[in-house]
Amino acid sequence: MDHKPLWLLAELTYKCPLQCPYCSNPLDFAGPRFRRELATEEWCRVFREAKALGVLQLGLSGGEPTLRPDLEELIRTAHGLGLYSSLITSAYRLSKERLAALKAAGLDHVQISVQGADAELSDDIAGTRSYGDKIAAYHYTRELGFPLTVNVVLHRRNLHQVAAMIRLAESLGAERIELANTQFYGWALHNRDALMPTRAQLATAWEVVQRERARLGTRLEIVWVLPDYHEQFPKPCMGGWARAYMTVTPGGEVWPCHAAGRITSLTFENVRDHPLDWIWEHSDAFNRFRGDAWMPEPCRSCPRKTQDFGGCRCQAFLVTGDAAVTDPVCSLSPHRPLIDAALEGASEEWTYRAAPASRTLAAKG
Amino acid sequence: MSPATPLAAPRLHPKVRLQRDDVRGRDVLLYPEGLVTLSPTGAEILKQCDGVRSLADIVTTLETRYRESGLERDVATFLDGLAAKGLVLYGP
Repeated sequence: MDHKPLWLLAELTYKCPLQCPYCSNPLDFAGPRFRRELATEEWCRVFREAKALGVLQLGLSGGEPTLRPDLEELIRTAHGLGLYSSLITSAYRLSKERLAALKAAGLDHVQISVQGADAELSDDIAGTRSYGDKIAAYHYTRELGFPLTVNVVLHRRNLHQVAAMIRLAESLGAERIELANTQFYGWALHNRDALMPTRAQLATAWEVVQRERARLGTRLEIVWVLPDYHEQFPKPCMGGWARAYMTVTPGGEVWPCHAAGRITSLTFENVRDHPLDWIWEHSDAFNRFRGDAWMPEPCRSCPRKTQDFGGCRCQAFLVTGDAAVTDPVCSLSPHRPLIDAALEGASEEWTYRAAPASRTLAAKG
Repeated sequence: MSPATPLAAPRLHPKVRLQRDDVRGRDVLLYPEGLVTLSPTGAEILKQCDGVRSLADIVTTLETRYRESGLERDVATFLDGLAAKGLVLYGP
């Protein structure tokens, strides 16, 4: 066993007041598969087992993690174990008192999303009036002394605001801004035609990022998550399958990443049935694509396989129907024409991420 | 970031935590979305960085502990590298 996990993403609930059409949660988040959320003591056990397995970084996410009334207790447990905890939140109705309580419990870092640089666009994309709460919460994090990451998912309808987003993060005194081009999983894949950026939009935004990085230096770290469909080679997804990262879903399923649950050719285990170390070391889902023995051509003989690990298994499955082929983003993949066709996508309509739509999609399978 | 001077008092940025990694038998720096693996000496240096003790004091302590001399340049280079990443600050 060469690799031990460093990162755990704990998806505490799939409930969320926001309805972002690019959400990475499963389309059927409101369906029967995800109905029973883990209890407080079950999460605390997961954290203890994760720490013993080697995890050092904990992401508390969802859905909206602040909807869990036991969040303070979970953070206290994580802090006691020495995990570095990050809250990944929409900040909807997040009060200064609640943030102060999370700080007292030992929370290390706060990441707050925003959907656009102004209220009108941000609220329109979120599908829920939330911009005002976000701005208020940004200020609370500074007043309470939290390191702050501003997270923006980029797509066709907000890429023109990249300069304004960076200025917003700068004016808030944030440590980091993540400009995350949409990765097409979950709801984002469902809404791909409406989210797909143009090459011209990406080129302009990238110029802004380079200029602003030069101006801001270490004052504000600007993270640019590549729009992988527009690249020639695939991303080194998760640093390789089951090498450093795991996700636990609200109901206790353990996935090698937060999108993997959609791969129907894999069997996923649950923390209610097995200890975390057994799942990491022995489960089918974690072992299937570990290392490079599973790789077909063109990956098998490719010198890049140690850099990109064959790309993303979820993307291979979602685009081609086979999780064991080269990521179709790769220009050497025989499936690349499927990606090129998707780049032409242009739709004005998207489906907001909401429980009724999710139940309808779950019923369809 | 200013390079370390003998009078500078280095400290970890408040967002950074020095943490023992029991599973791998090493110390690490943890910060938002990141991690730096430390050598035993690197961890020793950072444990002295409290924003009060000067670089010169820290070097003296280490030179005494390891019975060596001329460590100042190595220590300053190490701290400057972390300062360039925004993980170490100089001054109180």
